[in-house]
Amino acid sequence: MTETTKKGFSRRSLLKGTAGLAGLAAGSGVITGFPYVHSAEPKVLRYLGTAVNEGDDISKQCLKDTGIKIEYITATTDDVTKRVMTQPNSFDVLDTEYFSLKKIVPSGNILALDAKKIKEFDNITPVFTKGETPGGKKIGGQGTAPWKVLYLEGKDSKKFATSATEFVTLIPTVYNADTLGIRPDLIKRPISSWSELLNPEFKGKASILNIPSIGIMDAAMVVEASGKYKYADKGNMTKEEIDLTMKVMTEAKKAGQFRAFWKDFNESVNLMASGETVIQSMWSPAVTKVRSMGIACTFQPLKEGYRSWASGFCVSKGVSGAKLDWAYEFVNWFLSGYAGAYLNRQGYYSAVLSTAKAHMEPYEWAYWMEGKPAEKDIKAPDGSLLEKAGAVRDGGSYEDRMGAVACWNAVMDENDYMVRKWNEFIAA
Amino acid sequence: MDMSEEVLQQASPGLIPGSGTARAAKPTRLSPSFISWLQAGPMMLVFLAFFLIPLVFVVIVSFWDYNEYQLLPAFSVRGYTDTFEGCIAQLPDLCTIGKTYLKTLKLCFLVWAITLFIGFWVAYFLAFHVKSKTWQMGLSLLCTIPFWTSNVIRMIAWIPLLGRNGLVNSGLMKTGLVNQPVEWLLFSEFSVVLALVHLFTFFMVVPIFNSMIRIDKSLIEAAYDAGATGLQTLVNVIIPLAKPGIVIGSIFVITIVMGDFITIGVMGGQQIAAAGKIIETRLNALQFPAAAANAVILLAITFLIITMMSRIVDIRKEL
Repeated sequence: MTETTKKGFSRRSLLKGTAGLAGLAAGSGVITGFPYVHSAEPKVLRYLGTAVNEGDDISKQCLKDTGIKIEYITATTDDVTKRVMTQPNSFDVLDTEYFSLKKIVPSGNILALDAKKIKEFDNITPVFTKGETPGGKKIGGQGTAPWKVLYLEGKDSKKFATSATEFVTLIPTVYNADTLGIRPDLIKRPISSWSELLNPEFKGKASILNIPSIGIMDAAMVVEASGKYKYADKGNMTKEEIDLTMKVMTEAKKAGQFRAFWKDFNESVNLMASGETVIQSMWSPAVTKVRSMGIACTFQPLKEGYRSWASGFCVSKGVSGAKLDWAYEFVNWFLSGYAGAYLNRQGYYSAVLSTAKAHMEPYEWAYWMEGKPAEKDIKAPDGSLLEKAGAVRDGGSYEDRMGAVACWNAVMDENDYMVRKWNEFIAA
Repeated sequence: MDMSEEVLQQASPGLIPGSGTARAAKPTRLSPSFISWLQAGPMMLVFLAFFLIPLVFVVIVSFWDYNEYQLLPAFSVRGYTDTFEGCIAQLPDLCTIGKTYLKTLKLCFLVWAITLFIGFWVAYFLAFHVKSKTWQMGLSLLCTIPFWTSNVIRMIAWIPLLGRNGLVNSGLMKTGLVNQPVEWLLFSEFSVVLALVHLFTFFMVVPIFNSMIRIDKSLIEAAYDAGATGLQTLVNVIIPLAKPGIVIGSIFVITIVMGDFITIGVMGGQQIAAAGKIIETRLNALQFPAAAANAVILLAITFLIITMMSRIVDIRKEL
């Protein structure tokens, strides 16, 4: 810790020193005919996204490696989309989820990135490009699966291409397979199906998230798991299917099944840590967070599989010239390993596996990605203890988890209707 | 005549006795009505720029059409019809919007009644029982202490207190009053009302206190001398004279609670719909016209309540 501080300090004082010298030289007029101090122009990128990818460590490392200063603008997924629509000039790099693309791309407010300029593009995991795991397992494609919206027909096209092109909507950064989080110490029996979320046994102790487009997918997993209905595509329901799903949820709500709904990471952590809920929709790092508080919490693999999500980078349509070059430099840096390893260590997955692997210790890679028991204690990126030696990651290896994805977060054709029905559910 | 008098003189001739006549003939003289406009001007501009113009935009946008990702500037009542979708077909059952407004009104009424009750007695105590001005000041300042922390913190502070494993429940369990944790303490209408009362009682105390300290003490003495009981004095003297404060405090509380969705969301475990929540959800789904339509409806209802209240008491006359 002290070492990094010292390093940072000396680097900063060095920078200060150089800037001072340059200023002195320019001010004194000794160097005549020297038009401009080019290096003085700061490389700054305004980075709009959810908090998932936004870490101080990532931005610090990026500044160190590339000289690009990242200014984070953090918002919820909904607010990110809203901002793209209403203030496309208020950010340079956009980090958003693939399912938002159905709204964002037709608005014409973002620029597709050129795959040729992305060094590691061909090394991006086949999860994104082919819809299968590196081991060849086919991944469920219900909902807005990334490979359905990965390419555009042309540079300024507002249409998704059906086969690979040069123009990529989002360069993938991070993704995960979500499932239910449970409190094994309070449930005291094995949980193996999504249908348990509506099991009256957990009356008043269950929760789902109040983000309609994601919440309804969890609800659909539950409906299907309970054998009530089988959807053609959970991520693109008909009005009747929406009505049916919301009816099941409303009945459960009226019967007092839910303790509360949550909308952000911390709310979900608090609900679980305080014991207000014992089973709920959850994100993997939220489970990790509860566990790091010393409270038993499992990110429970379920037989029906996972609901997955993925996000990636693109740039605002207002970005051009040098700034666009920096954006490419930044994206290339992001895929070059440090950030990927950082995300892997939080329980997410990185887009380029080979570079992330090179930045992780073999025992870390074995624990996080291969589902093997930890050889040594597993630490979070901030150095706090996550798991003691011998622990195995919930859900096993990358192959097992990503291979068991059943559907992806989505925006439905009937999104408008769905949102209204969701409101009725909340008001019921 | 010093500088300020000079300015005053130019601005408003005749204001300073004996000096107006000499300059009255000057053609640059400003009319009194212009002066009034000038004085009211800054406030008017602020009001126009930050309230009226945005409000007009909200009303205009509420009549636009929309799709998944943009506003379509064509006249449409879709924002409104979508809001009330199925309301007639569902009769006599209430539709979502009806239920939501009814719930919002119910919460609003409860919070209003409780804050009024508490606020009135706190103000009464400060105005009539605390004799020294210093103590009055000191105690009113004491009321503001909770406002030194943010709204959100004051609200969230209730959660560890009221939760299933919270302080209240563990206390109740230990004393053996209950065997099971009391569930309705948190994420319920109870916790919503509790948090709102906690947050907004102060907005009642201040205006009522302000009205009460202006009551001429001799009126109370007169009532006493005329043989009125304490209750009669309260009902016939104090309450009527404190009415403007009561109405102003009520307007504060009602307007805030009608628009609130954060407290209701957090304390209600996101399970209780509020009028403000509908607007938020619509905004999040990028349905700006529908959100604007809901904002207009909410404004109309709040406005209606306030009009009714000011019918009961003519604030301008009472002030």
